Amino acid sequence: MRKIAIYGKGGIGKSTTTQNTVAGLAEMGKKIMVIGCDPKADSTRLLLGGLAQKTVLDTLREEGEDIEMDDVIKDGYGKTRCVESGGPEPGVGCAGRGIITSINMLEQLGAYEQDLDYTFYDVLGDVVCGGFAMPIREGKAEEIYIVVSGEMMAMYAANNICKGIVKYADAGGVRLGGLICNSRKVDNEFEMIQELANKLGTQMIHFVPRENMVQQAEIHRKTVIDFRPDHPQADEYRSLATKIDQNKMLVIPKPLEIEELEKLLIDFGIAN
Amino acid sequence: MLLRHTDKKVKERNALTINPAKTCQPVGAMYASLGIHGCMPHSHGSQGCCAYHRSALTRHYKEPVMAGTSSFTEGSSVFGGQSNLLQAIDNIFNVYDPDVIAIHTTCLSETIGDDVSQITQKAIDDGKVPAGKHVIQASTPSYVGSHVTGFANMCASIAKYFPEVSELKLDQVNVLPGWVEPSDMREIKRMLLAMQIPYVLFPDTSGVLDAPQTGSHMFFPKGGTKIPDLKRCGKSIFTFALGKFCSELAALELMKKCSVPFEVLDIPIGIKATDRFMMKLSEVTGTSIPQMLEDERGQLVDIVTDMQQYLYGKKVALYGDPDTIIPLCEFLVDIGMKPVHIVSGTPGKYFEQRMKELVPGANFRNGPQADMYLMHQWIKNEPVDLIIGNTYGKYISRDENIPFVRLGFPIYDRIGHSYFPVVGYKGGMRLLEKILSVIMDKMDADAPEEKFELVM
Repeated sequence: MRKIAIYGKGGIGKSTTTQNTVAGLAEMGKKIMVIGCDPKADSTRLLLGGLAQKTVLDTLREEGEDIEMDDVIKDGYGKTRCVESGGPEPGVGCAGRGIITSINMLEQLGAYEQDLDYTFYDVLGDVVCGGFAMPIREGKAEEIYIVVSGEMMAMYAANNICKGIVKYADAGGVRLGGLICNSRKVDNEFEMIQELANKLGTQMIHFVPRENMVQQAEIHRKTVIDFRPDHPQADEYRSLATKIDQNKMLVIPKPLEIEELEKLLIDFGIAN
Repeated sequence: MLLRHTDKKVKERNALTINPAKTCQPVGAMYASLGIHGCMPHSHGSQGCCAYHRSALTRHYKEPVMAGTSSFTEGSSVFGGQSNLLQAIDNIFNVYDPDVIAIHTTCLSETIGDDVSQITQKAIDDGKVPAGKHVIQASTPSYVGSHVTGFANMCASIAKYFPEVSELKLDQVNVLPGWVEPSDMREIKRMLLAMQIPYVLFPDTSGVLDAPQTGSHMFFPKGGTKIPDLKRCGKSIFTFALGKFCSELAALELMKKCSVPFEVLDIPIGIKATDRFMMKLSEVTGTSIPQMLEDERGQLVDIVTDMQQYLYGKKVALYGDPDTIIPLCEFLVDIGMKPVHIVSGTPGKYFEQRMKELVPGANFRNGPQADMYLMHQWIKNEPVDLIIGNTYGKYISRDENIPFVRLGFPIYDRIGHSYFPVVGYKGGMRLLEKILSVIMDKMDADAPEEKFELVM
C-alpha cells in the first residue's frame, strides 16, 4: 500500500484536487482510503456526495472509545473508503491533538490493515503544530505532494512544508513526490512552479489548469470525473492520477532561503 | 555515595536541568487556595497532575489535602475541557458544599487554550454556582516560572475577586504573608495581636494544614481566611506584601481595584527583615512596638553574641524559594556566617539584584538551570560547613558529610515546620537553634576523645 499525504496552503484546493485525483485512481480500479485531517470535515464531501460522514472524533465523543470501524468509515465514489478525523469547533480545544487521536484510533481499529492500494491524507493548511505533522510522522505517509499555485504565499507555504518534510525525512522516511500546480492563472505560472520544483530538488508532477467545471461539479457535490466524465478537466485529473501512480521520483527536498524564493518571483513573475 | 555522578567541573548547560530546585505552579496555587476558609482547590487538567500536587502537600504537612480535578480524557484535550469543568463545579457544590472553588489550570488545559474565566462565567449563567458561593480561577502553566509563580497567581486572583470597593476606610491593614508555613502565619498574627493592630491576613493556612487531632474528621478545617474578611480587605488603609515574588502581584491587584496603597517587604526572617516589618507596621498604624517583642529581639541578639564562636566565618550553601532565601541570606551575614553558594529554581532578575547587594562575592544563580546539581558542583569546588534548604539537600549532605538544616518546601522527612515558625524574632531563635544544633552535633561527632567537651 502506498501512503500519500497532500499538503498546501489553506484554500489552495487540496481537498478538491485530492478527491478528483482519487476518483481518477478509483476509476483505474485502485482500492483507496481517504483520511481527511481537517476539523471542518469536508475532505470527502465530493466522494460521498455531501457531508454525510460522522467524524472519528465525534464518534469518540458520543460513543466513547468502543468504536467499530464501520462507525467511522463510509464508502464513497468507486468504493473509496472515506474517513474524516474531525475536530473541535473553531476557537476551542486542540485540533492538532485531534488529528493525533484520530489517526491513533484508526490504527487501533485496523483501518490500515484493509486490502488497499492507497491511503490519502488530506491535511489542513500549513503544518502549524505537531498534530498536523502526524500524518508524516512515524512512517505513516511516505509520499507527500504539495498543492501550490504561482501566488507568492502559496509558494511560501510550500517551501515551509518542505522544511517540515526535511525534519521528519531522516526518522520517518517520508519523501516529497512533487508539486501539483493548481493554476490561479498567474503570469508565467507553469515556468515559475517548474523552476521552484527544480530548486527544491523535485518535480512539478502536473499542471492543473483553472476550469469552472471544477466549481460546478463541487456545487453538485461531485468530482469532475463523476459529474462530467467526458469533460477535458476530467482527463487532467486522470492524467495526474496516472502520473502519481507511476511516480518513482521521491526525494528529500532542499528548502529555499527567503531571498532565493523572492528572487524566483522577481525573475519569473510579478515584476515582469 | 548517592550522587556519585556529580562532576566537580562546572560546564555551562543550556537545555539540561538536573534535580531542579523547583516544582509545578499548581502546587503553589493549591497551597494558596487552602488558605481560604472552606475552599476546595480544583485542578483543571488530567488526574495525574492533581494527584501529584495533593500528595506533594500531604507529604510535607502530613495532613489530608482535598482537591478536585476536571479529569481530562483524550476527548477533553481535543474538544476543550468546558463540559468537564461545568460538571465538576456542579458536582463539587452538590457533594462537598464548599464556600469557594479555586480553579487552577495545568499545562494541558493551558496549551489547548481553555478559557477558564469564560467557563466559570458560563457556570454562573447556567445556575451551577449556588447563591453566596464563589468560584475563582488562576492561570498556572508549569512551563512558566515555578511553584512560587503559581502561589503568586492564585493570591492575585483572590485579591482580584473578593475585596469590595468602598469609599469607607477601616482602621486595619492587610498582610500578605507570602509562601510561609502555617506556623509562620500564626507567628505573624501573634505579632500583630501583640501590637494590637487589626488586620486581614491572606492566604492563611494555619488551622488548615496544622489542624489538631480532634477525633472527628472535618472536610473543611476551621482555619483559613474567611470570606467576609477577604471582602473587607478593600477597606484597609495599607497592604504589607511580604515577599516580592509571592505577594507583589496580589498587592498590585488590591491597589488597582480598591486603591489600597502597599509596600513590598521581605518575609520577616532574621533580625533586620523583622525590624523593617515592625518599623513599617509602627509607622503606618502609629502603634508602638510592645516590650514583649522588644524582649524577644533582645533574646535573639543575645544568642547570636553568646554563640558567635560557632557561627563566625562558617560557610553556608542555601537553596529554595527567593522570598525565603533573600532575608535568610541577610540574616546569615548578620550573624557572621558566609553564604557562599545560593541557588533558586524560580526565575526573576530581582533575586540576582538582591544577591549582588547582600553577598557580592558568593556563587548565586536562579531560574531553570539553577539546579541542585550545580549546587553540588559548587560545594565540591568550595566546601561548606552548613547546607540549608528543603529535603532534597539530604543527598548532598550525606555524600559530603555536611550538617544540614531543613527549611523551605518541601520537607518530606522531618516534622516541625508546621508548628514552629522561622519568621519574627522567635522564628530567628528557632533557626539559630537548628543551625547551632547541627553544627555542634558534628563537632561532637568528629571530636577526638580529649577534645570532646561537656560545656560548649
